[in-house]
Amino acid sequence: MKPSFDPNQPIYTQLVDWFKQQILGGELGPGEKIAPVRELALELGVNPNTLQRAMSELEREGLLYTERTAGRFVTSDRALIAALREEAIAKILQRFLAELITLGCTTDDALRLIKKYGGEINE
Amino acid sequence: MSEVLLEIKSVSKRYGHKGALRNVSFTVEPGKIVGLLGPNGSGKTTLIKIINALLADYEGEVLICRQRPGKESKRLVSYLPDKMALPTWLTVNEALNLYDSFFSDFELARAQALLEALKVPHNMRIGELSKGMQEKLMLVLTMSRRAKLYVLDEPIAGVDPAARDQILSTILDNFTAGSSILLSTHIISDVEAVFDDVIFLQDGNIILHGEAEALRSEHGKSIDQLFREVYKC
Repeated sequence: MKPSFDPNQPIYTQLVDWFKQQILGGELGPGEKIAPVRELALELGVNPNTLQRAMSELEREGLLYTERTAGRFVTSDRALIAALREEAIAKILQRFLAELITLGCTTDDALRLIKKYGGEINE
Repeated sequence: MSEVLLEIKSVSKRYGHKGALRNVSFTVEPGKIVGLLGPNGSGKTTLIKIINALLADYEGEVLICRQRPGKESKRLVSYLPDKMALPTWLTVNEALNLYDSFFSDFELARAQALLEALKVPHNMRIGELSKGMQEKLMLVLTMSRRAKLYVLDEPIAGVDPAARDQILSTILDNFTAGSSILLSTHIISDVEAVFDDVIFLQDGNIILHGEAEALRSEHGKSIDQLFREVYKC
C-alpha cells in the first residue's frame, strides 16, 4: 500500500486524503495502530516532517489519536467513520450527477443507467 | 525555540574575477532536509566546500552550531563529497576501518549492515568498484556517522533510478533524529518529496528559497517543474 503522489500538489494534503481513503474504505480498521512516523515516511518515500503534518491534521479531524506512550491509532469511533464515509460518497455522487445533468440525464435516468451498467463495472 | 544548526550570512566567494557565490544567506534548522538545487556551475559545490572548511577565503560568515568551519565543526558535520575522496587502492573494509578510527561518532556495525543491504562487496578495492557502487560506499560511510549536519553533494548523480530510491531510503533511515541534511542535486523529480525547504542557486545567487510544500501550493507545480521554468533561458 503505497500512494502515488501528484508532484504538482502539496504532498501533505495528498497524504491526508490518502489516509482518509484508507480509513473510510476500511483498509485501516477502527482502533488499528499506525506505524511510527519515521518508519512510515521511509515506506512512503516522503519527508518525515511532511508526514507528521498530515498526521496532525488527521488528529485534528478526529480520525487519528495519539496515546502518549503507546503510539498513534485510528479512531475507534465507528459512527464518525461511517458519517465521514457517507459524506465522501455524497460528494462523489453530487459531482457525478452534476456531470450527467449537463448531458440531459435526469436522476431517474441515472438510477436506471447505474443498474444497467453498474454490474458491468464490477466485473 | 529551536536553535539554528547552520547559518550562512552574506557569503560571497570569487575565483579570480568570476563570482562563484554572491551574498548568499540562509539558515538550516534542526530536523530539516534542505535541497540545494541548481545547474552545474551555479555555486552548490563552492558553498558546500566552505561549510566543510575546504575553502577559507570567502567573505561573510558561516556558522555550524555557532562555530566557524574548522577542526571542531568537522566533528559535527558528515560530508559526502561530489568526487571519490578516498585513495582508490583501499579495500572497502579498509575504508570502513579508516572512518572508524577517524570519527568517534562512526558506527561500524551500522555501516557493515548497510553495505550488506546495498550489496557492496567488502573485499574489493575501491578502484575496482563501479561508479554506482563507489557512490553507495561513500553514502554508507557518510550516513553511518551520528552527526548534527549531513552535507551531501550530489548523492544520486551517478546511480540509476532504481538505486536512487534505495539511496534515498538509506538517507532517510539513517540520519539522526534532530540532525539536518543539506543535499545538493540537479536531478529533482526523484528526490523532491523528501525536502522540507529548497534553495535555488543560479550564478552564485539565491533566486528562490522556500518551503517545498508552500511553493507547490503557491505555484500549483512540482519543484521539478518550477526548477525547469526558473532555469529556462
